[in-house]
Amino acid sequence: MSRDEMSALQGKRLHKIVEYVYHNVPFYRHKLQEMDIRPDDIQTIEDIRKLPFTTKKDLRDNYPFGLQAAPQSEIIRVHASSGTTGNPTIVGYTRKDIGVWSECMARCLTAYGITRDDTFSVAYGYGLFTGGLGAHYGVEHLGASVIPAGTGNTEKHLKLIRDLGITGIACTPSYALYLAETMETMGIKKEDLKLRAGAFGAEPWTESMRKEIEDRLGLKGYNLYGLSEIMGPCVSYECQEQDGSHICEDHFYPEVINPVTLESLPNGQTGELVFTTLTKEGMPLLRYRTRDLCSLMPGQCGCGRTSIRMSRIEGRSDDMLIIRGINVFPSQVESVVLSMPEFAPRYMLVVDRVNNLDTLQVQVELRQEYFTATFDTPAAINELEKRLASKLKSVLSISAKVQLKAPGTIERSQGKSAHIIDKRKL
Amino acid sequence: MTIHQLSVFLENTTGTLVQVLRQLKKANVQLVAITIADTAEYGILRIVCAEPLRACEVLKEAGIAVAISDVFALELDNKPGCASDVIDLFSQAGISIAYVYTFLYGGKGILVFRTDNTELARKTIAENNLPFIAEDALAQWK
Amino acid sequence: MNIDSPYLHPEYETLSREEISKLQTERLQETVRRCAKVPFYERKFREMGIKAEDITSPQDVRKLPFTTKQDLRDTYPFGLAAVPLTDCVRLHSSSGTTGNPTVILHTKNDLDEWANQVARNLWMVGLRPDDVFQNSSGYGMFTGGLGFQYGAERMGMLTVPAAAGNSLRQIKFIKDFGTTAIHAVPSYLTRLYEVMQEQGVDPRRDTKLRVFAIGAEPHSEEQRQRIEKMFGVKAYNSFGMSEMCGPGVGFECQEQNGLHFWEDYYIVEIVNPETLEPVPDGEIGELVLTTLRREAMPLIRYRTRDLTRVLGRTCPCGRNHIRLDRMRGRSDDMMVLRGVNIFPIQIEKILMTFPELASNYLITLTTDNDNDNMTVEVELAEMFTDDYARLQSLTKSITRALKDEILLTPIVKLVPKGSLPVSEGKAVRVVDKRKVYQ
Repeated sequence: MSRDEMSALQGKRLHKIVEYVYHNVPFYRHKLQEMDIRPDDIQTIEDIRKLPFTTKKDLRDNYPFGLQAAPQSEIIRVHASSGTTGNPTIVGYTRKDIGVWSECMARCLTAYGITRDDTFSVAYGYGLFTGGLGAHYGVEHLGASVIPAGTGNTEKHLKLIRDLGITGIACTPSYALYLAETMETMGIKKEDLKLRAGAFGAEPWTESMRKEIEDRLGLKGYNLYGLSEIMGPCVSYECQEQDGSHICEDHFYPEVINPVTLESLPNGQTGELVFTTLTKEGMPLLRYRTRDLCSLMPGQCGCGRTSIRMSRIEGRSDDMLIIRGINVFPSQVESVVLSMPEFAPRYMLVVDRVNNLDTLQVQVELRQEYFTATFDTPAAINELEKRLASKLKSVLSISAKVQLKAPGTIERSQGKSAHIIDKRKL
Repeated sequence: MTIHQLSVFLENTTGTLVQVLRQLKKANVQLVAITIADTAEYGILRIVCAEPLRACEVLKEAGIAVAISDVFALELDNKPGCASDVIDLFSQAGISIAYVYTFLYGGKGILVFRTDNTELARKTIAENNLPFIAEDALAQWK
Repeated sequence: MNIDSPYLHPEYETLSREEISKLQTERLQETVRRCAKVPFYERKFREMGIKAEDITSPQDVRKLPFTTKQDLRDTYPFGLAAVPLTDCVRLHSSSGTTGNPTVILHTKNDLDEWANQVARNLWMVGLRPDDVFQNSSGYGMFTGGLGFQYGAERMGMLTVPAAAGNSLRQIKFIKDFGTTAIHAVPSYLTRLYEVMQEQGVDPRRDTKLRVFAIGAEPHSEEQRQRIEKMFGVKAYNSFGMSEMCGPGVGFECQEQNGLHFWEDYYIVEIVNPETLEPVPDGEIGELVLTTLRREAMPLIRYRTRDLTRVLGRTCPCGRNHIRLDRMRGRSDDMMVLRGVNIFPIQIEKILMTFPELASNYLITLTTDNDNDNMTVEVELAEMFTDDYARLQSLTKSITRALKDEILLTPIVKLVPKGSLPVSEGKAVRVVDKRKVYQ
């Protein structure tokens, strides 16, 4: 499709989606009315700059279903991702949304060179996280065989990769390196495997990681980008050129803005990535601020696809951490620590990568006045640790190792990264 | 019938033990016995000393996580089998021992322990006329 | 879909016994024809001199050979596939790394029919498209997750892929989404109730729950009634196994008097596990299933190792599909804990990789506060180390290795050498103290 045709299609779809949310989502109707915008004011894709932004806070304020546009009976699936505090971010999908998602995901897989003759393993987590089911439905849509491996049980997974001649895999890049590690301990060589293509995403990774993964697993590694608020994995994908990720821009319209002034930036300049869903029924979003920092790449790709490409994610404009593909906010940890009187309101998240697996340690300070005679055995302290760990797990969705610190031993400091020590080299 | 023991939360790293002991030294507290229950990440330091309440205040002021636990201290003859006979009495009464340690004082073996049932333990000690160390005796160890 | 009909597939659900018999005969012939393309079955048919034309009634299934889990292992990975791999779109595999896992293949039609069975079951217990269905079962290779996901979506319910665990979040979703139905293993529901109580949540007052689908783990009638009383919710028993597809094979109707096994999809036999001869209705024996619709991997007379009995072949609900009792035990040493199948040999293999351990061990299954737990006691090889931190880290490593193998976290207890009972002859490795099979 030529750029002009694409712009025309995007303009038409944008008009439709604005009309749709105007009539179906009170949140957007009020916003548009306040700004004195009517759906008919939006005719071309350039008009998008007139529209208001949507933030994670808006999702939180309208929890759980406030931003949903389709009636509940049309929604057949919900996914949830981490919110900044106790409430997760909820996204509802209609049957058509699931269809678009599967189709876009199949588009990604096709770009990676996967066909219906391939056997493809999905090693993202299944469940509320969009990674597992998203990639899964895409592989089935394409007609390849899908192995819903999920996470964990790595040795068995490798055995299946070898014995079934699995040719493609989707997982986080750090899990790919962990697979390589485990291969070595099991004595499996990359020549024993038929892996050709890997779809890696859900966490930031570097060019040197790509090289290492490709070397050790004997495949080509491609970026796969997505976020649950917009859909899930499928929003953008690398092609064989491995030079930037093509955005499925007929469904998700990208902009890059200056996160401070909120002004649009020209292609090639790094800023915050913003998406507008052009076809979504369940929960359409206008100009959703992803907080991911990257740039849109000028020029056409050597593969012949005319769709616009985005660069690697270069960072975040907030304090969110991505650990094993899961989004973690320090404020989530804070909400847990504050809910337990045994601890002072001081905490630290220490993130590291051990054997290619991300680890999260949460350090909290015992409150002097809560250290009482009942805590005078290691068993009692263990119990307290376990209680905190299980609360953290229920809020963060990943396990954290808890370390209790003596009173006054965690440094007080201020600023964005006051509660984070990230030892990973990304 | 019980004595005050200090229980201190320590991270399992270099320097944390001496930090506590230095405070007690500065305050001129006479130690009688110390022991540590350790795990990979932290330890519980247990201290019997001459003035536990004052020592506790000293440590609290220094910002250290400290608590007073009431434990039993029995005086035993320093002969083989004495500890076994005593513990057996508790075992028969259905009392569990949470932890135990011993030290020698004035030629006697002192057995310090905490149980899961303080009341029943008191009764057992009284019924068997076991020689226990009372709180006020600690002060004399200064 | 007719919202007012009690049946999702009236054309199949309300067949008479004669019609079922006729349909089964046709479909069994098809299955035999399909299996004849599989070398494993082709050889057996040839040796036994059987052709599809020899099948003139469902009872003729007795002329056919049995299939066992061992056959699945021996033909690993694709030896029992009846279609080219290109036509397969999904693969599930049993847990564990011990020996060859079992591999189950599905075509697009297989997935479709599987979703239809699950949807039929959920409809049967009164669920409709405006219900909110929370699937609190493990996803991935375990079929309980994807099986119910596809079935509930097929029916058009709002489906929440909550997956297992994280009770606080489960409760939050139940309240916030107005969840009306949950699928989970029964022991998890009792755990959920406990956490609700801790949180001050009254399921009758604060939730819209009305239906549970429970399965994947043995449980007693008393346990079901307890769950129903706790929540004020109807709980229906579900039977499935990955070899047949997954959940959906059998399900209770609103009469709650045995599970309907769908005879348009399976031929059901109950045999004596020793003689392999059929047992009369009402008598307990091993459940044997033959698939009638599966394309990718049809199975003939598959020995499930589950023990049950026939309760009847008619039902006031209008469905004449055979009714079976809840599962009453196993004819092998497999344990089912929180929905996961575990063989003692898996645990043994892991323990033997630790040089610090001796070879004597004991697995104890208990129900504590309604939670099923596994405790693994194992003897230390050396008498002792006084390093508490080292013992603690050893316990942790063993726990982690076991979890990787069996997907559940057992309680590991290190005990001194010689402290576990030594039995004469065959060692007793498993003590099941759960009150399940009465």
